[in-house]
Amino acid sequence: MTRELLSVPVQGETGSMSKSEIIACHECDVLQRAPEGYGVARCVRCGAVLFKSSAGGLERALAWALTSTSLFLVANSFPIIRLQLGGNSNATTLIGATRTLSQQGMPEIGVLVFLTTVLIPAIQLAAILYLLLPMRWGRVPPGLAEVLRFIDSIKPWGMVEVFMLGVLVSVVKLGAMAQVVPGIALFAFSALIVAMPAMAAAFDPHDLWRRVPVRR
Amino acid sequence: MSGPWLTAAEAGCLVCHTCDLVVRPAGVAAEEACCPRCGTPLHLRKENSIVRTWALLIAAVILYIPANVLPVMNTTTIFGTEADTILSGVVYLWTSGGQPLALLVFFASIMVPLLKMLALTVLLVSVQRRSTWDPPQRARLYRLVEFVGRWSMLDIYVVTLMAALVQIGSLASIRPGYGAVAFGSVVVLTMFSAMSFDPRFIWDPMRAKNG
Repeated sequence: MTRELLSVPVQGETGSMSKSEIIACHECDVLQRAPEGYGVARCVRCGAVLFKSSAGGLERALAWALTSTSLFLVANSFPIIRLQLGGNSNATTLIGATRTLSQQGMPEIGVLVFLTTVLIPAIQLAAILYLLLPMRWGRVPPGLAEVLRFIDSIKPWGMVEVFMLGVLVSVVKLGAMAQVVPGIALFAFSALIVAMPAMAAAFDPHDLWRRVPVRR
Repeated sequence: MSGPWLTAAEAGCLVCHTCDLVVRPAGVAAEEACCPRCGTPLHLRKENSIVRTWALLIAAVILYIPANVLPVMNTTTIFGTEADTILSGVVYLWTSGGQPLALLVFFASIMVPLLKMLALTVLLVSVQRRSTWDPPQRARLYRLVEFVGRWSMLDIYVVTLMAALVQIGSLASIRPGYGAVAFGSVVVLTMFSAMSFDPRFIWDPMRAKNG
């Protein structure tokens, strides 16, 4: 299949048969040779990011995934903020907040928040660990294709960074009416919005796919 | 555009949308082929892309009205009940001293959904008219829509936290309003709409132009 393709004239081809892989841009469909080496590969026509690869990307992604998992557990086990007004005080965890919302007759919102800030990030972390741990030691885990496809499809729905900004806005709004005390989870979330994007940046599905042989 | 670009479609190839393998299906009808590396069914373009994008976009536009008219948050204090819409929430933030933050919320909650729906309409209409007008610019617009969409969820998180925390007996309590449900739906629908749009349609008419 790939051999047939090599007869296709491709932008940037130097005449002799290069060993580098032919890829198509997922945004404009132009065929081109995958650049070798490390860095961000961009489409020659439309400039879309084709893939990012870096030396030791797998190891770094794994390290960040483990960091993120620990932070995620802390972030969901402790209260985010405590509100104090007179003698009254009220604190909430993230899961507690979604539960309160459901009890207030807004289960739709509760579910939406639970999905985007708890369940989907948790699944993302579990799925990435499931792939990277065996692949770090040269084994291909069963269901690689399905898991990668799944990671790709849920990626836009993990919204920890957006939630963090929401916390910030809430603190300012609540600060006008009561005393706001930051909780342990707030610090864990702050660290998490660094660790999870770092993990995503180092995670390179293109590199994982290159380790899987094409069967005819 | 200059340069003898060759797309996968022109070369008779399909691209796996899961693992990005370029495949030239041999012997099988193009629409029945599966990726030889990962097994994903192959499609030339996303399935029913234009129709799906339109449907989700129209649903979002309709829900955008209740999202802005209905209150997203009801605050009950000893002085009475106050209903806040998305816009009045921004105004409150502005007057209570958080001007930079108010601008941010205004941008995320009002400008982004509006511009996103406009941008998707422009992209859909231009693609359906097979326009050859500045594809790089439209490609950039699409990337922007995809990137910025999730940030509109901001207000949903603010309502959630406020409603969970402000439950101080009879002093003050905050309950979410139905505007929040509509607003959340707008964000989710526009995200799905942007995902079903296939940006390769932007470039497809260039083929005919290049001759």
